[in-house]
Amino acid sequence: MAGIVIIGGGQAAAQNAACLRQEGYTGEITVFSDEQYVPYQRPPLSKDYLAGKHDIERLFLRPASFYKEKNIDLRLAARVSEINREQKNIKVSSGETVPYEKLLIATGSRPRLLKVPGNQLAGIHYLRQLNDVNSIKTELNDRSNICIIGGGYIGLEVAAVMIAAGHDVTLVESENRVLQRVTTPQMSSFFHNLHKSKGVKIYSNTTVCGFSGGKHVEYVNCGDLNIRANLVIVGIGVIPNTELAHGSGLQCDNGIIVNDRCQTSDTNIFAAGDNTNHPNTILNRRLRLESVPNAMEQARVSAKNMLGQDQIYRSLPWFWSNQYELRLQMLGFSMDGESQVIRGDIEEEKFAIFYLNKDKVVAVDAINSPAEFMIGKKLYGKAVDPMNLGNLEFKLEDLI
Amino acid sequence: MPKINFIEHNGEQHTVEAASGDSIMQSAINNLIPGISADCGGECSCGTCHVIIEPTWIEKVGSPDKTEEAMLSLNPDRQPHSRLSCQIKVSDNIDGIIVHLPEFQY
Repeated sequence: MAGIVIIGGGQAAAQNAACLRQEGYTGEITVFSDEQYVPYQRPPLSKDYLAGKHDIERLFLRPASFYKEKNIDLRLAARVSEINREQKNIKVSSGETVPYEKLLIATGSRPRLLKVPGNQLAGIHYLRQLNDVNSIKTELNDRSNICIIGGGYIGLEVAAVMIAAGHDVTLVESENRVLQRVTTPQMSSFFHNLHKSKGVKIYSNTTVCGFSGGKHVEYVNCGDLNIRANLVIVGIGVIPNTELAHGSGLQCDNGIIVNDRCQTSDTNIFAAGDNTNHPNTILNRRLRLESVPNAMEQARVSAKNMLGQDQIYRSLPWFWSNQYELRLQMLGFSMDGESQVIRGDIEEEKFAIFYLNKDKVVAVDAINSPAEFMIGKKLYGKAVDPMNLGNLEFKLEDLI
Repeated sequence: MPKINFIEHNGEQHTVEAASGDSIMQSAINNLIPGISADCGGECSCGTCHVIIEPTWIEKVGSPDKTEEAMLSLNPDRQPHSRLSCQIKVSDNIDGIIVHLPEFQY
């Protein structure tokens, strides 16, 4: 009898398989990953793994033996080329056809490519997979000239690691501030100043128009500005991998369209992770999130629904980033706020910004303030007194 | 290999063999122990691997550091011996430890 097939080998895929077994499913589970490693955590790739603080085993979500013990057929370096919904099977690039009863598409996302002249030169990297980081590491000298393109979280995390390792780091951002897409001007300026104080050269409003060099990159060309670089890391966003879904006729629009059960327009097919365009019942709108907590939760919800439990996805988006000694935790979307309250001290790098909409908390950005982040989860959607919220003398627990 | 005893909120007990050097959270994940979400993978960022240490073991395990304490401080299921299991390393020193799982992770 056909079992459950999972396409993808990231955190959503691994969590879905684990959850199916945890929920008592005893049928076949086959996971197809086009990577060569057992499923691993991606967040440390741009942080502790890049810094050499984690070894590779620490990245693996579970040891390879787990999949054998739990009778999960994990096929590595195996690419699925087609989904045939009428016959309920998938085709692997090796030519094999595998039938499914239920299917999970957890194909994630891939880096957006920088399409400018010279982008094929050696020394230009993206950072998404373990192999990307391994090749970046082999190219590092004692003091490399590193140019990072893109001032999003990946770019800033990489800048922090590289400057701490003693490299010369320049960061180029095409918008007028770093983190422009994801946070407020105030937070952007905090991170800008932080990185500048550590020695990162930052050029905002600067567009890369090409790369020059022989076989290997030597310069990043930005109009009048030419940045010397022997290593370039590009982090300018991701594109959801929806080609397989789209090719099989599933509804897609900036991600695979799923309902609040993580179910696609085909009742036997589910999707989880970066590639889903899903409804968020708390925020009351559709989202496509690039986040581990979302991938994990959608993986659990889809597993339960595959087994006939009626499970609704209901989760507040949250994110984290570590840069230098700094811990950033974010809840909700700051753009939903119409006013803000700062609790703590920005100079001391220990503060939280609460974003309010008609006195109701709609988002929190917490810097070295885990308790403020945690209370944000409880205060979300609730009205608070802004005066008390901003007053450190007023205890957090009394806000609830 | 050190043994860890997980006791679910409903009383069900799971005894697992854990690798020294792993965290208690990782041992739970490797053995599909229900009630530990561990969304951030051990970064002390999400607070979803909360466990309550059996009082007789707390001396060997120790108390949380500042960040972990802040993550735990507002947890409604917080108990005197609460810890985040990603911050506890498995070693022979805690062979046989008993940890209780809360009803919910937040």
